[in-house]
Amino acid sequence: MLSVREVTTAYQGLVAISQVSIEVEKGEVVAVAGANGAGKSTLLKTIAGAERPRSGSITFDGARIDGMAQHLITARGIAFVPENRRLFPRLSVRDNLRLGSYLYRSQADREAPLELVFKLFPRLSERLDQRAETLSGGEQQMLAIGRALMTRPRLLMLDEPSQGIMPKLVDEIFQAVRRIRDTGVTVLIVEQRIAECLDIADRAYILQTGRLQMQGTSSEIKSNPDVRKAYLGL
Amino acid sequence: MTAETIIQSLASGLLMGLLYGLIAAGLALIFGLMDVVNFAHGEFLMIAMYATFFLFAFFAIDPLLSAPLVAAALFVFGAVVYLLIVRFAVRAKANAGMVQIFATFGLAIVMRGLAQYFFTPDYRSITHSWLGGKTLSLAGVFLPVPQLFGAMTAIAAFVVLYFFINRTDFGRALEATREDAGAVALVGIDKNRVFALGWGLGAALVGLAGAIMAIFFYVYPDVGASFALIAYVTVALGGFGSVFGAFAAGIIVGLVEATTALILPPSLKSVGIYAVYLLVVFIRPRGLFGSL
Repeated sequence: MLSVREVTTAYQGLVAISQVSIEVEKGEVVAVAGANGAGKSTLLKTIAGAERPRSGSITFDGARIDGMAQHLITARGIAFVPENRRLFPRLSVRDNLRLGSYLYRSQADREAPLELVFKLFPRLSERLDQRAETLSGGEQQMLAIGRALMTRPRLLMLDEPSQGIMPKLVDEIFQAVRRIRDTGVTVLIVEQRIAECLDIADRAYILQTGRLQMQGTSSEIKSNPDVRKAYLGL
Repeated sequence: MTAETIIQSLASGLLMGLLYGLIAAGLALIFGLMDVVNFAHGEFLMIAMYATFFLFAFFAIDPLLSAPLVAAALFVFGAVVYLLIVRFAVRAKANAGMVQIFATFGLAIVMRGLAQYFFTPDYRSITHSWLGGKTLSLAGVFLPVPQLFGAMTAIAAFVVLYFFINRTDFGRALEATREDAGAVALVGIDKNRVFALGWGLGAALVGLAGAIMAIFFYVYPDVGASFALIAYVTVALGGFGSVFGAFAAGIIVGLVEATTALILPPSLKSVGIYAVYLLVVFIRPRGLFGSL
């Protein structure tokens, strides 16, 4: 479904990811793990179109999307929840969600994903008229994922959804990711919490200083001695 | 000074103030949307007035009929200015603020120069329009009909704008872009399209004001300058970027101007406005309704 081939992205001459290739098949949850500064966020931003790759190619459902404008990539069915969430802080929860379905014209199309969003995150339905900025960190993350689901994506990309969230909610969010996958949405997730992330992912890639270090099924990665030592603290 | 003169001036001040609000609305809209001050705002007003004048002079189309046409033409003009000039100016890698200022400031000078060249510096006016020169007497207060019509148009424009911004999808996209232009692509919105339409809308509002003002004001290449200055004061007073703040501030500016004219000699009628402006800058720099 998504195929990233030998992509290199640089900021002002500084290479953030180098020759990275990953594949995501329909219906999978794929994790990209690694330490801080490994280039995980850059990889997602490059796929989403927020950064342009210097070389390499990205294809989504058979069409090249590298170099395409970010809003067009969203329209093609890739929803991106960035690290800092980028909600519209002074707009209400309802308006944030409604903006998610901006691409659709018919009322039915626009409201269809709402049921799923409220089922995943019931507390959002209780806070519809609140400004997004008044939500807690965890609720903001839920809203960001909810807004992304409103675009009715085929691929959902999450950048560090557990960041800055109390532990109880982290669990809720990881559970939600599984349930989102069960509705047929493919998920590509970037995390520093490698252990929890491997629990919900089918496959994983490990990035280190901008390069792909390892890849495999979650259980392969989990049982790899290097990973156990370096990332899982076992 | 009798009670009647006071009421009379306040009434004319109120009418003019509503029109000031309409002129300033577009400036506030664009500033709020993308933090760019359009220094050619007065020149947008000027070409709207010329367009109205020429439609009247050559095709005998009364300003009442041409106002929607002029607003539509200015919409296109505003969007084109964004797409051809401002879009590139905001991308400047160094000194972005200065580049933006000089881009629109340069545009203002070019437009004024072209107007002087093609339209000559002559003062022109629309004579014998449907509303021109007519007055309405309300309980002893005389209200000039063109200004009254302008004031009502301003109110109508603000009501429409309010529903447009708060009740439509595009209005919501406008608000979202205002909040975080870098984030709208996440929901599939093209920020350049929103910016272009925002510039169009801002220009259409000042175009509407220009068409009405052409009924009772001389049309000449520099006409925009003094009104633009008032518009900047209005926007600062209302709170930068607040469209409805500009509406309220426009009324205040009109009333202050009228009151000053009562007390001071006519040549000093602008003193009051700028005094109020200085007061706001000192006491409440974010403006009356600003939320910076």
